[in-house]
Amino acid sequence: MARYRGNVEAVRSLVRDTEVHRDVYIDEEVFALEMEHLFANTWIYVGHDSQIPNPGDYFGTTIGAQPVLMVRHTDNTVKVLFNRCPHKGTRITSETCGNAGKFFRCPYHAWSFRTDGSLLAIPLRKGYENTGLETSRAAAGMAAVRHVKNYRGFVFAKLNDAGMDFEEYFGDSLSSFDNMIDRSPVGKLEVAGGVLRYMHNCNWKMLVENQTDTCHPMVAHESSAGTAVAVFNRYPPGTKKPMAVEIYAPFMAPYEFFENMGIRVWPNGHGHTGVHHSIHSDYSAIPGYYEKMVQAYGENRAKAILGENRHNTIYFPNLMIKGPIQLIRLFKPLAVNKTLVESWTFRLVDAPDMLLERTLMYNRLINAPTSVVGHDDLEMYERAQEGLHVDANQWVNLQRLYSPSEQADVTAEMNGTSEWQMRNQFRAWSKFMTMSM
Amino acid sequence: MNVPSNQDLVDFVTREARLIDQHRFDEWLDLFTEDGIYWMPLEWGQTDPKLVASLMYEDKFLLTIRVERLKGNRTFSQKPKSRCHHILQVPQIERRDEAGNEYVTWTPMHYIETRFDDQQLYAAWATHTLTVDDGRLRIKLKRVDLVNSEAAFGSIQLFM
Repeated sequence: MARYRGNVEAVRSLVRDTEVHRDVYIDEEVFALEMEHLFANTWIYVGHDSQIPNPGDYFGTTIGAQPVLMVRHTDNTVKVLFNRCPHKGTRITSETCGNAGKFFRCPYHAWSFRTDGSLLAIPLRKGYENTGLETSRAAAGMAAVRHVKNYRGFVFAKLNDAGMDFEEYFGDSLSSFDNMIDRSPVGKLEVAGGVLRYMHNCNWKMLVENQTDTCHPMVAHESSAGTAVAVFNRYPPGTKKPMAVEIYAPFMAPYEFFENMGIRVWPNGHGHTGVHHSIHSDYSAIPGYYEKMVQAYGENRAKAILGENRHNTIYFPNLMIKGPIQLIRLFKPLAVNKTLVESWTFRLVDAPDMLLERTLMYNRLINAPTSVVGHDDLEMYERAQEGLHVDANQWVNLQRLYSPSEQADVTAEMNGTSEWQMRNQFRAWSKFMTMSM
Repeated sequence: MNVPSNQDLVDFVTREARLIDQHRFDEWLDLFTEDGIYWMPLEWGQTDPKLVASLMYEDKFLLTIRVERLKGNRTFSQKPKSRCHHILQVPQIERRDEAGNEYVTWTPMHYIETRFDDQQLYAAWATHTLTVDDGRLRIKLKRVDLVNSEAAFGSIQLFM
């Protein structure tokens, strides 16, 4: 029996000021409603335009449960199309990336479509004369997502007409993207290195919450980061810290480090850790990079760009970016208890290769299915996914550093161990879930 | 041993898998030379380990962290511990370079890793670059190419 479908009050009642009901993580009907409403009313990251540099280039992905194609149209703009033939439903492309040439051609009956999705040709067309095909959905071609925004190379789409325009939705949170992009001396990023794909048997929101959970690293990652520090400490004093230790060691920083790094929240569920410093602040300088930045931007601006070391920025609902190391993680919901985590890395155009090398090492050590840090985290998510079936307590607590005066949809900075950003996400969740119900 | 026979190479690769399956990780780690590397590429036919992502590209320091972590009291993802099982084809001798003290073998294999009620099967090719060091064979590079290296995997916690 439907408990939540069509019942706005029931959905709203899942989110309280300081706790959320377990059904947001374990109820299949809530998950289905997320796909229909939350992932349709919000701006979802699709891909980066460096993945499709030439007309006809495409990249296949999903928005919530919807298969889509991001494609470079002949006029050089980026389109997002639903990836099905309007005729019989066949998925048009099977490879994740490729070049369609001047048009897409369905491999089943050879209907063809321009790279904006419009119908180009149907074989043996006279069979449709006087059938009224021209008014059918099929004749409309591959449906295009109407709301698409290419923000400095990062392509987002919103499926529904409901919701906000891009600028209003993201507001000042775009400063994290700006900082990541400005770290290239020419202000340009390219997807590079390949994507790590890690399957998680847990709800997608557990991963999103973990990104600003600063009270877990020194506990859950004691096994990995703690061991890394212990093994390094056996080396003779004065041994140069390997890059891997620079990456691992900050996970073992004490609570004060995370308290002092600060959290900033923005309206609509966005926010970031690392207002003042972060686990990325103390990496060794890469030879030649600072000089290039000064040359490109002047000393003051270069220092300002490189002095910003935001830790994790959440772009609600399911994207996290790390500006200082040009890494993004996309949490793709597959089922109420299944999430595909894609970790993408970028090259700063015209910067030393060593930066990409470090980014790739970080991704490998922290985000791969073979990563010990990843193992630590996934173990906790999976335990939660099981533990939430306990009926005796059906609520998840988000109370840390809560004050009754806390407002929704504001910009604010606070102690870095606050769970305000998690509360911020759930307030946004409630708003965008119910917006079109 | 100065120059290993082909059978020595085959025996070495077989024993290496056995040490992993029996959780004799300290002995396993000792098979690597001090600058030895364990590499699990992400891409089919990958040649660049540094500017292209890999699942693993680990020197002895990183491998030591893994081995120590597996023993840790607060290693919660290993409560209970994973177990694994290798099925190797007979290793094929790919290259013998006695003058350069370098020997390469190629070994198709199936690898099974299990924990709780979950059991995963992986298919891969292992390429061992071996050398004689202080009278015994050791690993300069162990490269594991998964047949489906770009697929989305759950946690892979032990060593293929």
